[in-house]
Amino acid sequence: MKSFNYYGPKTVKEAVALLAELNGEGKVICGGQSLLVLMKQNMFTPEHIVDIKGIPELDYLNYGKKEGLRIGALTTHTQLEDSPVVKKEYPVFAEMEDNLAVVQTRNYGTIGGNVCHGDPAADPPAVFIALDAKYKLMGKKGERVVDAEDFYKDLLEVDLRDDEILCEVQVPPMPAHSGVAHDKLMVQKGDMGIVGAAAFVRVNTSTGICEDARIALTNVASVPFRARNSEKMLIGKVINEELLEEAGKLASQEVTPPSDTHGSEEYRRDMARVFLKRVTAKALARAKQAK
Amino acid sequence: MNDRLKDLKFKVNGREVELKINPKMLLLDVLRDELKLTGTRTGCEVSACGACTVNLDGKAVRACSILAIQLNGRDVVTIEGVADGEKLHPVQEAMVNHGAIECGFCTSGMVMSARALLLRNPKPTRDDIKKAIQGNLCADSGYVKYVEAIEMAADVLQEKR
Repeated sequence: MKSFNYYGPKTVKEAVALLAELNGEGKVICGGQSLLVLMKQNMFTPEHIVDIKGIPELDYLNYGKKEGLRIGALTTHTQLEDSPVVKKEYPVFAEMEDNLAVVQTRNYGTIGGNVCHGDPAADPPAVFIALDAKYKLMGKKGERVVDAEDFYKDLLEVDLRDDEILCEVQVPPMPAHSGVAHDKLMVQKGDMGIVGAAAFVRVNTSTGICEDARIALTNVASVPFRARNSEKMLIGKVINEELLEEAGKLASQEVTPPSDTHGSEEYRRDMARVFLKRVTAKALARAKQAK
Repeated sequence: MNDRLKDLKFKVNGREVELKINPKMLLLDVLRDELKLTGTRTGCEVSACGACTVNLDGKAVRACSILAIQLNGRDVVTIEGVADGEKLHPVQEAMVNHGAIECGFCTSGMVMSARALLLRNPKPTRDDIKKAIQGNLCADSGYVKYVEAIEMAADVLQEKR
């Protein structure tokens, strides 16, 4: 690994001031579970590393009935997975984490680092998009809150200005009669998804009509793919197998997946259909069960 | 400025350690090269094999994928710190007695993953054990014996309580 200048700010203010000073040359590290893999292979050789893992004010995980879940950037995957309140209010996170990498990585890797890495195959961004989460960013000029979906610009590129760090993920409370699910195609448990999907569905329990749906697919484009047109097909209707098949087919035509050793473009398109259907059906079943 | 050394003060196997390190040093480098604790293996070095697993504040982590400089004030236990003097930890004892160790390369990582599991979950199911060592590859594919040995160790630890 190439040497770098190391900075270990103790507050958000300090970190932001440092980043502003470094004028675009500073790279933020948190747990480093994604970043270090690139750095060790000299695929990425930053001159300046700003380490935010030692900023205590970013280490929290809070839930309130009104404001929902607030995930501080330093929250580890394991903390999210094991939190009793998260298990109760957002069981989808434990479902997601169970398939995310391995214990060792989850014990040190952070949610903030994961969502800022901008890997289109990553699971949390898709789940956050399905949950309509927002990211709180802090820069020299102050705070900015962006929709999770808008944060992703291109492969490994996110909407973070040179002087900004991500401080918090804000997940709204789950509406009544709604459900969320996540799943992905893996050769081995813990692999990055060859294709993955997260879906949120809200139903009217007396009519059975789908009142809202948010679906995001992973590893089928350079950013997490929001299947808006598929959602539109489902909203206002009673979801059945036929309708799901149509929604899945539509997404499979719209995605622009890569082709690599894990799967051809054609295969990924078809798996986008399969996983959209599978995960949306699971979210729907959960919505019907929910209070 | 690139080579400016930084202070690292943390606990390794119960002992306070103070060093000056290049900030690019990984925990694995510090353990093996600086502290000469070579029981922690250098395996794939890209977070795939788990041979470098150690315990950080009681949790299993990969020493090859952590900047050591981040560990100021933290508590690390390596395979050298698992036994109680000459007396093996029940996980080690069970692995030896059950013949779970084949070539031995992955063993220290397996022990560290098992130790972390039993610290937080003293009565693991077989599934819990499998998940705990999911990130530890054994090139001899000796997983079944490892799982059985960890089950035995959990029983021994239960009896001691």
